[in-house]
Amino acid sequence: MSSSSQVAESWISSFCGLLGHEYFAEVSEDFIEDDFNLTGLQSQVPMYKEALEMILDVEPEDDDDEDDEEDEEDEDEDILGDDKPTGYRRASDRRHLRMASDLSVIESSAELLYGLIHQRYITSRPGIQQMAEKYELQHFGTCPRVFCNLCKVLPVGCSDTPGSETVKLFCPSCLDVYTPPNSRFQTVDGAFFGTTFGCLFFMTFPELEIGTVRQSAAGAADALLAIQAAQKASGQAGTALNPLPLTINGISPSNLAPGLGPGNIYEPRIYGFRVSERAKSGPRMKWLRMRPVDITDLDETRRFWDGREGGGSEMGDEDSNMADAVPGQAVDRRKKLVGRRRRTNGSGGTGAVGGAVGEGGSPMDTNGVGIVGA
Amino acid sequence: MDDFNSETDSDYTSYWRDWFISSRGNEYFCEIDEEYLTDRFNLTGLNTEVQYYQYALDLVTDVFDLDCDDDMRESIEKSARHLYGLVHARYIVTTRGLAKMLEKYKKGDFGKCPRVMCDQQPLLPMGQSDVSNTSPVKLFCAKCEDLYNPKSSRHASIDGAYFGTSFHNILFQVYPAFIPPKTQRRYEPRVFGFRVHAAAALGRWQAEQRESMKDRLKQARVETGFEEEDEELESEEDVDDEMDAGPEAFEHGAVPQQQ
Repeated sequence: MSSSSQVAESWISSFCGLLGHEYFAEVSEDFIEDDFNLTGLQSQVPMYKEALEMILDVEPEDDDDEDDEEDEEDEDEDILGDDKPTGYRRASDRRHLRMASDLSVIESSAELLYGLIHQRYITSRPGIQQMAEKYELQHFGTCPRVFCNLCKVLPVGCSDTPGSETVKLFCPSCLDVYTPPNSRFQTVDGAFFGTTFGCLFFMTFPELEIGTVRQSAAGAADALLAIQAAQKASGQAGTALNPLPLTINGISPSNLAPGLGPGNIYEPRIYGFRVSERAKSGPRMKWLRMRPVDITDLDETRRFWDGREGGGSEMGDEDSNMADAVPGQAVDRRKKLVGRRRRTNGSGGTGAVGGAVGEGGSPMDTNGVGIVGA
Repeated sequence: MDDFNSETDSDYTSYWRDWFISSRGNEYFCEIDEEYLTDRFNLTGLNTEVQYYQYALDLVTDVFDLDCDDDMRESIEKSARHLYGLVHARYIVTTRGLAKMLEKYKKGDFGKCPRVMCDQQPLLPMGQSDVSNTSPVKLFCAKCEDLYNPKSSRHASIDGAYFGTSFHNILFQVYPAFIPPKTQRRYEPRVFGFRVHAAAALGRWQAEQRESMKDRLKQARVETGFEEEDEELESEEDVDDEMDAGPEAFEHGAVPQQQ
């Protein structure tokens, strides 16, 4: 009665081949067979064991044959060991009563289980690699936003709990999420991709060019104007921008939301005249698509210390090391901070001298005290 | 669009404009009033833009009765569509045109915003240029004030100049009640429940820009137009809370894995 055994195609590949399941990667059986990867899923999925069997196409169910059933259960126990949750026990008791309609229950359980495994799989090394191939082939589509210039997107979830939200598309160029254009994806659970995957993907492949080429000359002119305006506003007019750092907050500046910033923000106009911010219908949401002209403005640590320095505070090397908690960044930051460090070394030096004086005096003092005390 | 010839040949007597706006791919257009089309003043300057201008106008106003071969006819049809589009751009900024487009907007004829945080906000068609054949039609979301490409490729081939750069802004000037409240909610990229530094830093910077804009507006005594205005206070506070909540959220979607 089970048809799954007859088909040459595995359950996984037939599941991924279904209409609307184009975003899914095929989870390797090795990954599923490793129990460690399935930790905690038993309590989330009804009829877990059967669902897992269905996914792996092992030992097709045969309800007519009782012996077969028992054999199977023995196997189950071997795999599961002693820590069998009660939920599973109940499921196995009910197995004898199973009818054909149960198959659809198992089928939906299998889909849920596969989705949850998939969520974990795509953050693993082979999984993320597989998704990278799909990404390169544009299987997930492109960003609908005009200024993102058809930047490739990734499927993500807004929640890790199944049943709460459908799958969304994350655009690295504007750091926003969109609903997939086709309604067939509205039946796909977002938890099957998870909240982590989108950003982890771009952190895993930092060399990936997500940058988009600005195509219109008008946009470039707008950008130039906006940049000049920004410079004037910040009182930097005439002075050159800070040189582009190698990394900003851990990623390459060219990959930090390239679809945002001057020239990529819509400017509402009526008959060519810009609509004022003060108009009731004026622009209010430009902030959402803004990006500082001087990217180093986003280096909050540096800004913080720059602010502190102005107040003539005493900042030692230890402090700045604490600020650079991320080890990978510390090196870059240190390079950038050379200029500042030099200045602080001056004050640090005096501090050290002061300390040395103090320290130089203290041992003798304590000795003295000790002597006196003795 | 391809079956254009056969269809018009068979029901030549039906109103061309009816047929035009009801045909597939032309869902964004509204019907232009007969009076508007026949007033020559409204068509000023279009005779130089459209080939076979007079024939095209006759076709649009259903008084076309020229005997000609198929090729000629096809080019006149093409001109008629172009003419209709150019007049359309002018018509939709008139009082009647705005009202018609508003109805379509309320029905969601132009689609919904794909941005998740915009909660299915209806869109409006617009062009990035008023000059024809510059760029195809785009969709404007009044909630996030951004432009999106139409979902369907049959809309992507419509000229943006048939809607123009001003229409959607005029609509909200004329009907300020329809300006949707703006949302401050945004997507925060997270990895295992923790916010990603680069994106979060940019988000904080953008929030700063937003607050300074709000201050400017408050000084000018203008409404900011944001929903949940009081929420912003909380959002500043729960920056720390969320930091603590991070690992907790992670537990739900915990991902044990082997490398």
